[in-house]
Amino acid sequence: MAAAEKQPVTGAGPFNGLLTWIDQRFPLMSLWREHLAEYYAPKNFNFWYYFGSLAILVLVLQIATGIFLAMHYKPDANLAFASVEYIMRDVPGGWIVRYMHSTGASAFFIVVYLHMFRGLMYGSYRKPRELVWIVGALVYLSLMAEAFFGYLLPWGQLSYWGAQVIVNLFDAIPLIGPGLALWIRGDYVISDATLNRFFSFHVIAIPLVLLGLVAAHIMALHEVGSNNPDGVEIKKHKDPKTGHPVDGIPFHPYYTVKDILGAVVFLIVFAVIMFFIPEFGGYFLEYNNFVAADSLKTPDEIYPVWYFTPFYSMLRATTENFMWVLAAALVGLVALILWRIRSLTAKTVIAGIGMLLLLGFFTIEPKVWGVVLMGAAVLIYFFLPWLDKSPVRSIRYKGPLYKSALAVFAICFVILGYFGTRPLTDVGTIVSQVGTLLYFAFFALMPWYSKIDRCKPEPERLT
Amino acid sequence: MADNDKPDHSKRRFLVAATSIVGGVGAGAAAVPFVASMLPSERTRAASAPVEVDFGRLEPGDKLIVEWRGKPVWVIRRTKEMLEGVKKNDDKVADPDSKRKPEFTPSYARNEYRSIKPEYLVVVGICTHLGCSPVDKFKAQSEPFEQGWRGGFYCPCHGSLFDLAGRVYKNKPAPDNLQVPPHKYLSDTRIVIGDDIKGA
Repeated sequence: MAAAEKQPVTGAGPFNGLLTWIDQRFPLMSLWREHLAEYYAPKNFNFWYYFGSLAILVLVLQIATGIFLAMHYKPDANLAFASVEYIMRDVPGGWIVRYMHSTGASAFFIVVYLHMFRGLMYGSYRKPRELVWIVGALVYLSLMAEAFFGYLLPWGQLSYWGAQVIVNLFDAIPLIGPGLALWIRGDYVISDATLNRFFSFHVIAIPLVLLGLVAAHIMALHEVGSNNPDGVEIKKHKDPKTGHPVDGIPFHPYYTVKDILGAVVFLIVFAVIMFFIPEFGGYFLEYNNFVAADSLKTPDEIYPVWYFTPFYSMLRATTENFMWVLAAALVGLVALILWRIRSLTAKTVIAGIGMLLLLGFFTIEPKVWGVVLMGAAVLIYFFLPWLDKSPVRSIRYKGPLYKSALAVFAICFVILGYFGTRPLTDVGTIVSQVGTLLYFAFFALMPWYSKIDRCKPEPERLT
Repeated sequence: MADNDKPDHSKRRFLVAATSIVGGVGAGAAAVPFVASMLPSERTRAASAPVEVDFGRLEPGDKLIVEWRGKPVWVIRRTKEMLEGVKKNDDKVADPDSKRKPEFTPSYARNEYRSIKPEYLVVVGICTHLGCSPVDKFKAQSEPFEQGWRGGFYCPCHGSLFDLAGRVYKNKPAPDNLQVPPHKYLSDTRIVIGDDIKGA
């Protein structure tokens, strides 16, 4: 469109002229309209809809604090630990910037886990929002990578041994594993080379990926429009005159104001934690990490930070005996699939994959399968849009089966997380094994229980 | 083309495909130095030299830790009781004769005690599961993780157990016995780690 054809900007008082000048050279007003002033969001967003915008807030906070931490931090195995102490003690305001960053890391995961749970409750992953969900799962994956790389930087005992354990996960992959782990570390053990490259990943590589994915997440969302607690499409009922959804309200000012309220409450809680309990009882900053890394001695108790512990529990649960349980579960699942599908080719393929896995369960050592389970626990989110066969989206209209399944899943996630922070006991192992099975059952059995569930009819419009 | 204004689609497809393939190969080749730059550097490789250890002052039942290639290597002087415990443990461990991974146990240590001299155990103190360093639990007494424990090592990360010959217990996450590094005796109380008799 030629510049002259655009309408002049109005309503900005003394800035009308400047904005018109910019708008004729840059799509300022159309971006503003598309994403804020005329982005119509459902009018019934509730509490759970705060966490998307809060995640962006925390992302900005982490980037801002990270920039200032990087001015004083030294990514060198001999200097790293002391440079963090230097930030805490000698750099003016250094302690507050660091506590903001460390509290922000945990806050990021709290917010993201609640945001994901919202999606599970209201069916935000269902058609046509599959890509919103998948890009979101990629954001979650990158966030885990970002947190993992960042955790090595303070070069404490848990930084060191945590990284040692996670990098050795790759070592378990048959054939290419050992070479891959060596390549990731750049040394035979976690060392200066590893620290230096993790710093590079943490401060530039992953943040760039993360920002790109977040932009894609929002673009995909604004293309299809937001879901809502009722799970019904607001685009079905448009005002014949304006063409806007009758149950929609412009994001700005209605939801910008709502989100500002959420941000204020969030920041109050955040500040209380940051100022008074930044270690959060050893969950946000683990006590053993106040001891400098020692490559010759593992601390008596080592755990990942809380947000990784559900997956860590699955890893610990995978013992030789558990392989029999897994094998039984696999046989059951394959039998169920074979019974339900018709196509002969699909049956052969499924049976073949089942046989291969079964063979692998007893020929490849359990530690490899522990790693596979951990990976699968995250990657399985990508398939969710196609596993849910329910006729309705939102938990408000789903039947008792889905409601109980989601409750069991959430409880398992918390319990797995809890046992991942405890020393290993026989009871803990058995509970973790049951939890692992139920975690996967939530996804693996979803095509059946979501189909036979007794759902209520969805309303025509928002309630 | 000269007498026809319409583009030649098959020619265009060929050119697009050819350009993509050549460009893809070029991009792949350009990735090589970046990927290679993450491999261990020459300096890192050179730092993995053999280490000499003198354990003349080691008391029976004690442990010495030395660093070899950045990893802890343990030298443990085992008492008579400890060796008895190892003998009784054969049915508890997954691989009593160290047969699973030959590269983890050099032939001169492929015996019940997993050592050249029964008294001295030399192992890499890194769990074969995910690389933590197990903790000493030398006393033979019932432990929360094992009734009738005969002494050995407990990995704090994922609960793997090893006896005093570095042999892994059954049904634990660690798949293999602790690695015995290549080593040889220079005298009664001096060994060199990282170097052994050729062909051994």
